[in-house]
Amino acid sequence: MRVICCLKQVPDTTEIKIDPVKGTLIREGVPSIMNPDDKAGLEVALQLKDKYGAEVVVLSMGPMQATEIIREAFAMGADRGILLSDFKFAGADTLATSSALAGAIRKLEPYDIIIMGRQAIDGDTAQVGPETAELLDLPQVSYVKSLEYKEDGTCLVTRKVEDRSYVLRVKTPVVLTVLGEEVEPRYMSVAGILKAFREMEVEIWSADKIDVDVTTLGLKGSPTQVKQSFGKQLKAAGHTYDNVSAAEGAKLILEALIDKNLL
Amino acid sequence: MEKTAEFKLYEKLLDEFVETEVKPRAAEVDELEIFPVDTVKKMGEIGLMGICVPKEYGGAGASVPMYAHAVRKISSACASTGVILSAHFSLCVTPILEYGTPEQKAKYLPKLCSGEHVGAFGLTEPNAGTDASGQQTLATEVEDGWIFNGSKIFITNAGYADVFIIFAMTDRNIGVKSITAFILERGTPGFTVGKPENKMGIRGSSTCELIFDNVHLGKEALLGKVGQGFSIAMKTLDGGRVGIAAQAVGIAEGAINETIKYVKERKQFNRPIAAFQNTQFVLASLYAKTQAAALLVEQAAEAKEQKLKDLSLKAAMAKLVGAEVAMEVTTKCLQLFGGYGYTRDYPIERMMRDAKITEIYEGTSEVQRMVIAGAILR
Repeated sequence: MRVICCLKQVPDTTEIKIDPVKGTLIREGVPSIMNPDDKAGLEVALQLKDKYGAEVVVLSMGPMQATEIIREAFAMGADRGILLSDFKFAGADTLATSSALAGAIRKLEPYDIIIMGRQAIDGDTAQVGPETAELLDLPQVSYVKSLEYKEDGTCLVTRKVEDRSYVLRVKTPVVLTVLGEEVEPRYMSVAGILKAFREMEVEIWSADKIDVDVTTLGLKGSPTQVKQSFGKQLKAAGHTYDNVSAAEGAKLILEALIDKNLL
Repeated sequence: MEKTAEFKLYEKLLDEFVETEVKPRAAEVDELEIFPVDTVKKMGEIGLMGICVPKEYGGAGASVPMYAHAVRKISSACASTGVILSAHFSLCVTPILEYGTPEQKAKYLPKLCSGEHVGAFGLTEPNAGTDASGQQTLATEVEDGWIFNGSKIFITNAGYADVFIIFAMTDRNIGVKSITAFILERGTPGFTVGKPENKMGIRGSSTCELIFDNVHLGKEALLGKVGQGFSIAMKTLDGGRVGIAAQAVGIAEGAINETIKYVKERKQFNRPIAAFQNTQFVLASLYAKTQAAALLVEQAAEAKEQKLKDLSLKAAMAKLVGAEVAMEVTTKCLQLFGGYGYTRDYPIERMMRDAKITEIYEGTSEVQRMVIAGAILR
């Protein structure tokens, strides 16, 4: 069984600050991390390795710095790692990213399960998983909480939305996007870290190494472009009420909410 | 020296582990004297319990500096958990690795590395502390092995350990030259572990008495050769001091980190107390001294890794300086906390209590001075 797990390196948004004047993100000095939902996806993939001996192949796209998260994936137990790195991929929106990933995944046949995180904490689009599935013409299940692999080549997948869960049976190969909050990723191991650097190599694939129409890649292949980034601004200063009791305070808040038609 | 990418990833693992598993439990481990069994199991899972052991015996195959770094990082949050690892690895796993027969290594190391078993080391006796050569525990040779009688005190990890490295004289007439090391398993008839000591610090580590009442050990329990025990003990302690020095530096770093956070928040005279020059100068000195001690620890760890002849001197210097720095740092940081620091609402008083032991165990600071003087005045 081969499981392909897609990972994105993102800035750690819990540490990110916004430039108060320009309203843009200050990326300097902000550590880069493996996107949390993707890490949860990797954990699901590694559980398939533990249970069924699956080969776990991790795939990422980004600058050479992104080899860091592939080494981290090795240290957690991944078997093989590929980084798509080429200026032709640069400036990609979600569709062009999906196009590149799909092009690489075609080169990794035969595969059984493709796992991605639900969404990345920097872009928050949740589009790359579904788009990749469409480009590969594969079935997809998003918002996956857990999965059970069956010997007949199907998966029983629990999909969690708002207030309910669905249990679906799907044929492999399938694309799954995993919910980070439902899975606790394992730690790396010391032996894994040493192996990741001393015995394993990250494969670097350029655009001509994958099976894709190059006009669908990078900035040129991106139908959407970011026009402007800005931070959220406080709209009003708000009211301060001094010397009010808790009961009076509650009443004032209620009145204000009713006044604004929020209640 | 620039850190390698491998070492940075290792630091990331330690940071994640300490923040999630060690730090949140540290206050409770101290207050309720909890030996953190689950944390120990998890340290086994990620490979810390057998960190420098070759892979063939279930270890991670890492270096001594990496081991020292683990003890340091863990101790920065919880010195009890730090010494559990240090005593287990330096004092039990290492002598089995260095002096054990292939059969002993195959029998004991895999479980010690996985964290399924915890290790301990028994040298100190009621009347043989700094004067470790005055061992009164007697191992009498019989046809099929040895009969043990005597006792040990202040044995770290004792209440939870499965494997003990024990020292005893085999012939009182020969004295120190008859001291011999043995591997003793928990549950051996005649071997009992006494009640834990109620300690000032490192309260989560289990420190107990060991009692041997006609304990019968087979010939395979012998570690190294008859009469080699005192040398094994001293060399093992040289390595152990690297771990304790790392623990001391970790405690100091933990205290400094807590204090930096506190002095930025605490306001007096309408200013954070970090704005006062006294705070700045005190913290600056403490930070510089801690980093100096950290370099001595790294040097000693490297000496152990390279099997250098001056390990003994380097380890003694690292432990002497590390322990004194830990004591000074925690005392002065507590002063910056003021009254709040004296309460158990903040971790600084725990760190000060924990720091004190580093000047005492695995050779007091006076013993370290004896070792250093012995090396430089030869």
